[in-house]
Parts: sequence; structure tokens; C-alpha cells
Amino acid sequence: MSNPNLIQGATGEWEMVIGLEVHAQVTSNAKLFSGAATTFGAEPNSQVSTVDAGFPGMLPVINRYCVEQAVRTGLGLKAKINLTSVFDRKNYFYADLPNGYQISQYKDPIVGEGRLILDMKDGSTREIGITRLHLEQDAGKSMHDQHPNLTFVDLNRAGVALMEIVSEPDMRSAEEAALYLTKLRTVLRYLGTCDGNMEEGSMRADVNVSVRRPGAEFGTRCEIKNVNSIRFVRAAIEYEARRQIDILEDGGKIDQETRLFDSGKGVTRSMRSKEDAHDYRYFPDPDLLPLVLDAEWVAEIEKGLPELPDEKKARLVADYGIKPYDASVLVAEREPADFFEAVAKGRDPKLAASWIMGDYFAMLNRLGKSVTDSPVSAKALGELIDLIADDTISGRIAKEVFEAMVETGKAPGAIVEEKGLRQVTDTGAIEAAIDEVLARNADKVAEYRSGKDKLFGFFVGQVMKATQGKANPAAVNEILKGKLSP
Amino acid sequence: MSVDPATVKKIARLARIRVDEAELPALADEVNGILHFVEQLQSVDVEGVAPLTSVVHRSLPLRDDVVTDGGSAETLLANAPDRIECFFTVPKVVE
Amino acid sequence: MAGELTKLGIAEAKAGLAAKDFSAVELTSAFLDAMEGGRALNAYITETPDLALEQAAKSDARIAAGEAGPLEGLPIGVKDLFCTRGVLTTAASHILDGFTPPYESTVTSNLWRDGAVLLGKLNMDEFAMGGSNENSYYGPVVNPWRRNGDTAALVPGGSSGGSAAAVAADLCVAATGTDTGGSIRQPAAFTGTVGIKPTYGRCSRFGIVAFASSLEQAGPMTKSVTDAAILLGSMAGHDPHDSTSVPTPVPDYAAALTGDLKGKKIGIPKEYRVDGMPAEIEAWWAKGAEWLRDAGAEVVEISLPHTRHALPAYYIVAPAEASSNLARYDGVRFGLRVPGKDLIEMYENTRGEGFGPEVRRRIMIGTYVLSAGYYDAYYSRAQKLRRLIANDFETAFETVDAVLAPTAPSAAFASGEKADPVSMYLLDVFTVTANLAGLPAMSVPAGLSDQGLPMGLQVIGKPFDEAGVLNVGFALERAAAFKAKPAAWWRA
Repeated sequence: MSNPNLIQGATGEWEMVIGLEVHAQVTSNAKLFSGAATTFGAEPNSQVSTVDAGFPGMLPVINRYCVEQAVRTGLGLKAKINLTSVFDRKNYFYADLPNGYQISQYKDPIVGEGRLILDMKDGSTREIGITRLHLEQDAGKSMHDQHPNLTFVDLNRAGVALMEIVSEPDMRSAEEAALYLTKLRTVLRYLGTCDGNMEEGSMRADVNVSVRRPGAEFGTRCEIKNVNSIRFVRAAIEYEARRQIDILEDGGKIDQETRLFDSGKGVTRSMRSKEDAHDYRYFPDPDLLPLVLDAEWVAEIEKGLPELPDEKKARLVADYGIKPYDASVLVAEREPADFFEAVAKGRDPKLAASWIMGDYFAMLNRLGKSVTDSPVSAKALGELIDLIADDTISGRIAKEVFEAMVETGKAPGAIVEEKGLRQVTDTGAIEAAIDEVLARNADKVAEYRSGKDKLFGFFVGQVMKATQGKANPAAVNEILKGKLSP
Repeated sequence: MSVDPATVKKIARLARIRVDEAELPALADEVNGILHFVEQLQSVDVEGVAPLTSVVHRSLPLRDDVVTDGGSAETLLANAPDRIECFFTVPKVVE
Repeated sequence: MAGELTKLGIAEAKAGLAAKDFSAVELTSAFLDAMEGGRALNAYITETPDLALEQAAKSDARIAAGEAGPLEGLPIGVKDLFCTRGVLTTAASHILDGFTPPYESTVTSNLWRDGAVLLGKLNMDEFAMGGSNENSYYGPVVNPWRRNGDTAALVPGGSSGGSAAAVAADLCVAATGTDTGGSIRQPAAFTGTVGIKPTYGRCSRFGIVAFASSLEQAGPMTKSVTDAAILLGSMAGHDPHDSTSVPTPVPDYAAALTGDLKGKKIGIPKEYRVDGMPAEIEAWWAKGAEWLRDAGAEVVEISLPHTRHALPAYYIVAPAEASSNLARYDGVRFGLRVPGKDLIEMYENTRGEGFGPEVRRRIMIGTYVLSAGYYDAYYSRAQKLRRLIANDFETAFETVDAVLAPTAPSAAFASGEKADPVSMYLLDVFTVTANLAGLPAMSVPAGLSDQGLPMGLQVIGKPFDEAGVLNVGFALERAAAFKAKPAAWWRA
């Protein structure tokens, strides 16, 4: 079987090997080691404590909630929680790193090995290993485009709590990397530990890419720093893999280096400022003590975990009998999954799923809205499905009613009454309409009877037209079949 | 172990301290003097001994997630050697 | 009268203020005059006379209102390593040029809470690195003491040399110091004053310019053991802003001073008897043991077998932490900036010019021992030795209550005498062990050397047993009856 992930080079096939280091900003009021606020978009340097700015004599004190969030995330990733972890200093100089070191966790992270399940398009799943998760401080922000000779430094982000979530090099395509990020974001949002907002920088990815001949040892990797959208991750990987293949096929070798993705040009390039920052001189931060977690506290956090997407998906498949892929689409966010359950409860779940994933999602897309600000509530959509189920209206009419619901916000029942869309189930009336159609089309009737079966649909269409679509389709079919049989 | 002037230059670079070329040999001598002094530790048997990083035997204390600090760019920037508006400024960095 | 006032220590000044013999303003003015007359010692980097008088006036009002705090109206000198809100704080370094903290260190906050008056910021070795106070950007501090019949300037010890000199020369009623490897105890010994480094975690490090975070503690430098007990009582206490601060209640240290050591066991560590130790140090040490025996203690020889590895371990751990702690001095947010053509050159110029030679050396060593490939051989190994040294004390304290040792291997020496960095490091031989093990340790004057210079004895105690250490010190003080004062040559 050929592997669709392989890339055809000039000299044969290549395989990408991808690992991701995701920096996810912990949702918290205050920073990891200081009491400064974390609100996005504040005035420059207005949310900076002298602790964050590395002033002389300032000391870090850790935020309990950030620790809790890291534990919660670890549990959500089915990972091992390390009851003792250590904060280290990672030493390097940079304009937006005020202390000259970043407080991070090096040898002993708070969370160990875990896993993330990807939901593939074909309904199958694929497991990606999580190597570790650790807590660390974010750096500030340097702005290079404000002045011809100066870089501007804003420290509002400095000290904000980040979870660095490191994956195993288990991904083999840009598509898988994109699925991984999407799924990780889903899990973080379910947990409420990170808002996953990549535009605001609350989630960024460092992408490690290498290429190899299928089955060969891993090649030399390059790290693409701080890619801030899933689309860019995809583009950066595609570009970087191609770049590496071209070099290798020309007989060159890959330099292990840090690169930057230029989203404007769609290329990666070597990062000059990181050239001699290799020796980080990690050592345990002497201003802090080992973080020792109470096993009971961890158990309590675990008890408070919400139902996560994988479990929700499994439950939706088991309880409602919907297709795994549909379920994975529904659970991609918490709100649509809840919406589905509200609609499906006590109704035909397949009909509910098909309505939500069809007309309902299409409508949200068209209006640029989400489940939370949708003009159609779960209750209203449920009522609409009820009207279909009890034969008050047909599926076709329901689409018309749905559009009216979107436009007017009225209840489906009211719309049906107002517009007189109630389905005709009176067989006498349907029979009369059929008789009239057959009489008007005697030639087609003859053709049908002589074997042109395809004309059946024509007759149905004519009958529906004659009844303004209100005739019950099942009744029409049945009566028509009887009348047409020779 | 001892270091040569080239290594001293590398360390100075890593520590971001300018050292004039002419000073390197003398600085290397000083550094070697100290390294030689601390070298005696190499002879001690530390097999199975865990490093002692803090003499405080308690877990890291945790604080509540409340905003108690920051909020004044003016205070923060009051000591800055160079600034423009509410930004610290440094010579332009090329990434 | 004014000259007499400055001779007072905390206990006497407190009594005088309470008895309304003099006002806080009068007391403060006397010290401000003495400071002016004592500038030849270069003990202060910054004098804050206006602030002092303002604070003293408030103290007088509180005394009048019957609301006096434990340190009400007492004029204190503060080592310039403590950040003081709105008052220049330099760590005696060029690199902190013009730095005015927008915050107050916890220890000094505690002093002001208790009514103390700030006379000014005291000189020190740059970033507390040194044992002679010759490493200050603001020039060396001169020891008020001179050798008999000699006018050669002597060092006051370091790094809290300004604090020690100011206390010895009556330029403050008492001072704060910090001790990372002996920086309170050694200058106290060199100047005939009392100094105690409390247990690690006893005083908050918040707002103290950091040198080696895992080793340093603030402590009082005073004219008597009683004063040290009173001042430490105000300085100590748990601080939620320092994660290494320990929430153990602070006892009334002064109340514990009985001088009675009946039932106490004092250890004499045989490994402190080092090669080439001057006979008079050995003699004072023996004398001290005798005094403690007289006070009722049993004195026994003990072994602290890893003692000789303490200095090398210290000179790896301290520079390693320093190299990281001092990375923040980069010319961006505060202090000195020396321009450069790009960011890296600006850093290198600023730090090259801003740090003195000893600080630069230690940053280099620290950077080296933490760098890739050397961490295990140096830093990790030193931290293992540190555990062995701490274990030695733990074992010893199973049988003894405190340890008696010399404070320093010599008396004060002449400026420029120890040009080689390692010979300077050797001065810390008896003091670094307490820092590595985090134990409380104090220096008390024992007497004068043959050349007429003060000699100190050191008491090392169990964790958080400052009261016990102070009481042993009190017994020594009582027996030694050290009343010598340096001739006030600097006023001439």
C-alpha cells in the first residue's frame, strides 16, 4: 500500500518527521511569579511588576492557579503528574528577557508523558505521544518596526504563565501537525486552561521538522520558532521539508538551526539573533524551592475535569449512534457538542446530526456566527425536527421553515401556521392531485408503463408542485405507485 | 582543567562582558588561579550524594491568583536609561 | 553631650529616649554630625540627613503619644544592598548608577515599621563580593582601627565593611549587613563589633540586591549582643514575597539572653585548626572555650570532616548563582548604559564598564562552571559537597548545642595587602560553612591582638536557634568584657 504522506523527490521518496513544542498561555488573572495582570492588549508596560522587569532584589512567588491549570492540562492529556518538580533558570541575554534568564522547568517538569488522539478524515484515529508539559515564564515583546535605529520593548507579556507542551516526533505530514494543533486547542479549551487564541499569541508553536528516506533514521532537524497560526504551521512545514529535501538531493547537509517563518513570503529563514544562544546554563532557581504537589489535591483536580472530547465523542457514538467522524466534528468545540445533545435528546439523533452539520453549520458559516450567538436555538431546531418527525412538514419544507427561522427568529410552529406549510396527509386530497397530474400527462403515463421507470420522479415532482410541496412524500409515493401500476 | 585566552574570550562573550584583547591573558591567569583552587573538589568521593540546592526543607509556597502589582508604566520606566513614550528602547535588533 | 550620644548602642539609646533624656531628633543630629566628621572612613555611600530628621521628628511625636515602636527613634545605617524606596541604591556598583528603587526591602520596611530612622546607605564591596571593602565603586572603606603605633590604613573587612566601620566609629547606633560567605561576621571581627547571620530563611531577601540567593541572609551589626538580639527581632520574620522565607515565629531574642549555659554542650571542631593559623587566634579560641566552660557549658571536641571542601564548594556555588543574578544589569531598564553599535555591543560595553574586576571575575567563573560540559564537574559536585557539609553539622548537633570557632584566620590587614583573589577568598575559611549549611552564626569580639586589633570569636548554632547562638555570644561578651574603642583619629 502506498503511503500518501510520502513526498516524491527527484531521487526518490522522502518522509517528513515533525514534532511540535506548543506554548500555551495559561488562563489566569495574574502572572506566574508576580501579581501583575495578564489582560491582552493593555497599554505598553502597564501590566508589569518590578518582579517581571527583573529589578534588583525582586523575587518570584508562584501562582497556585497556574500550577493547578498545568496539572489539569496534564490530566487532560492523560499524562503522568510529577508530584515533585523543579524550576530552573535558562540563562540567555535578550532585550525582552529582563532577568537575563527565563524561569522554566528543565530536568523535572510538572507533567510527564501523555498522549493526544488525532481524529483522521476517514474516521480512524492516530495517537501522538506527549513527551512532557512544563510551566515557564513568557518573555516580553520586542518591536523592530517602530523606529529606524531602535527596538522598542514592551514587557506586558513578560512573566505570563506558559505551558510548554512538547510532542514526540510522531507526526508525518503537515496535515497531521495541523490536526494535532487543532485537537490540542480543543482539549485546552474544554479544560479551560488556555483560550487557544493564536492571533493574540496565547498559543504559539515551535515546529521541529526533518526529512528522511522512508524507514531510515531521523534526519537533522530544524526548529521553526513561534509560528502563530495553524495555516502558517502547515505552510512552514511544507516549505521547510521541501527546502531540506532540495538540499539533501543536491548532496548537501542540513545544519541544525533555529529558523523563522516569514508569513508574507511563505518561506523559512535562519534566525540571526539566536546564533550564539546555545549554552543556556540551566541550574535550579535558588529563589524557588521544589514544587511538591499533594496527591489528594491532584485527585481533586482530576475529579473536577469536564468530559473531554475523546470521551464525549465515544459517548455520542455509543448513545446516539452517529458516525465517529460526525461525532469528532461535533465535539471539536464544547458548544456544538452541547447543542447537538440538546437537539438530539428524545429525537432521532441521526436527523439531528444531519441538520446540525448541514443547514445549521452552513447558516453559522454564512453569517459568521457561532453556536453561542446563533439566531436559531437548540430548542427551536428541536421543534423543527419534531415537526418533521410527526409529519407536520416534510424535510423539504423544513428547509424553507429553517430559513424563515433564521430571518425572523420565530418559532418553527408559528412559521408553518403563518405560511400554511402544514403537510397534506389527507389521502383523498393527494389522490385528487395525482389523478389530475396523470390525466394531464397521459403520454408520459403510457411511456412509464412501457418500461420508462425513470419517469416516476417526474410524476412525484408534478404532484408536489401541484400541492405546493405540502403533500406528504411517502403518501404521494405510495398512491402514485398504485395508480401507475398497469 | 585550565582555560586559555580564547576560552576566556568565549566565556566573556557568553556573559556579555567586554574584555579588551590585551586583558585576556591576565584574566585567563586569574580565572585559572581560581579554577585551580576549586579543583581540589574533584578528589572527593561524592558517589550517591544528592546535590543540596536549598537548605529550606519545605515545598514551594503558592500564592493566590489575584492582581496585586504592576499597573504603572511610569513607575516602571522611571529608572530607564533610554525610553520613548512607554517603551524601553535598545539598539535595533535584527532577528 | 552630642559626642556621648553617639557612643550609645540600641539598648542604652532606647532607655534614654524612653526616659526623655534626649529626643530622637537630638540623637539623630548627633549621629549626622558624627557622620560628617567621619567621612574620612568612607563608610557611607549616601547620607540621608533630611529624611533622617523628618523620621526622627515623627518618632518624637510617637514617643510623646506613647506609641513608640521597638526601634523608635533609633538612627540606623543600612548596607547599600538593601533597596530603599526613593533613596539611591547602588550595591556599590557603577552599573547601578542613579538607581532609585520604587520599593522598599522587607527587612528595612520592618525597621521603619518599628520606628527606626535611616541615616544613610552604607558602603560595601561591590555586589557584596569581597572581604576587604576594597571592591567598591565608591572607594574603599577605612577601618577605624589601626595597628598599635601605626597610621597605615587597614581594611574593615567585607563585604559589609561600611556597616562594620560605621558601628565601630559610632556613625550609627547600629547597622544592617548581609552575609553570603561571612560578610557580616568577618567585618564584625575586624572592627570589634557584633554581627549575626541568622538561619537561611529567617530574614526576607525581598528587596536585597541578590548576589548568591541560596547562601545570603540579612543580619544586624551592632555594638553589643543585646543590640543584635533587639535588631534581629525587628529584621526577622516570614515574608510571603520571598519563597525561601520560613514561617517560623520570631521569639523575643533579647529575653533569652541570660549568659547561663548550664546543661549546654559546645563543640570545638578540630578541622578548624588549620595549617599556619596564627598562635594568637588559637589562644583566643581556647580562651573562648574557657569562658563558655565558666558559664556552665560542657566543651567537647567534635569533627566536621568535610570542612576543608567548604571554600572551594562555596567559590563554585556563589559565582554560579551570581553570574545568573547579575545578568539583569544590562543597561535596559535601570542603571548605567554604555552605548554600542548593536544590542550585544551595548550589553558588553555596559557590563564591561559597569562591573568592577572582582565582580567580573566571579561572573566569568560562574558562567564557566555552569556552561555545557562543566555543570556536573563543578556546580553539581559542589552542591553534593554542600550536602556533606550540612550533614556534618547535622551529625554534630545531635550531640552539641552550638559550635565555637574563630571568625577569621587573621585580624584586619592593610589595604592592598591581598592582591591575589584566592588569598582573599581564604579569609572566608571559617565563615562559609554556616552559609553552605544555612545555619545561624555570629561573631563576638574577644579581645585585641598583639598589634592592638580586634579579634572575633564565632558561634554557629542549630537551624532557627538564633536565641541559643545569641545567648552563647552573650556569655562570651560578658566574659570578654571587650570595651576597647578605636582612637577617633578620623575626626582630626
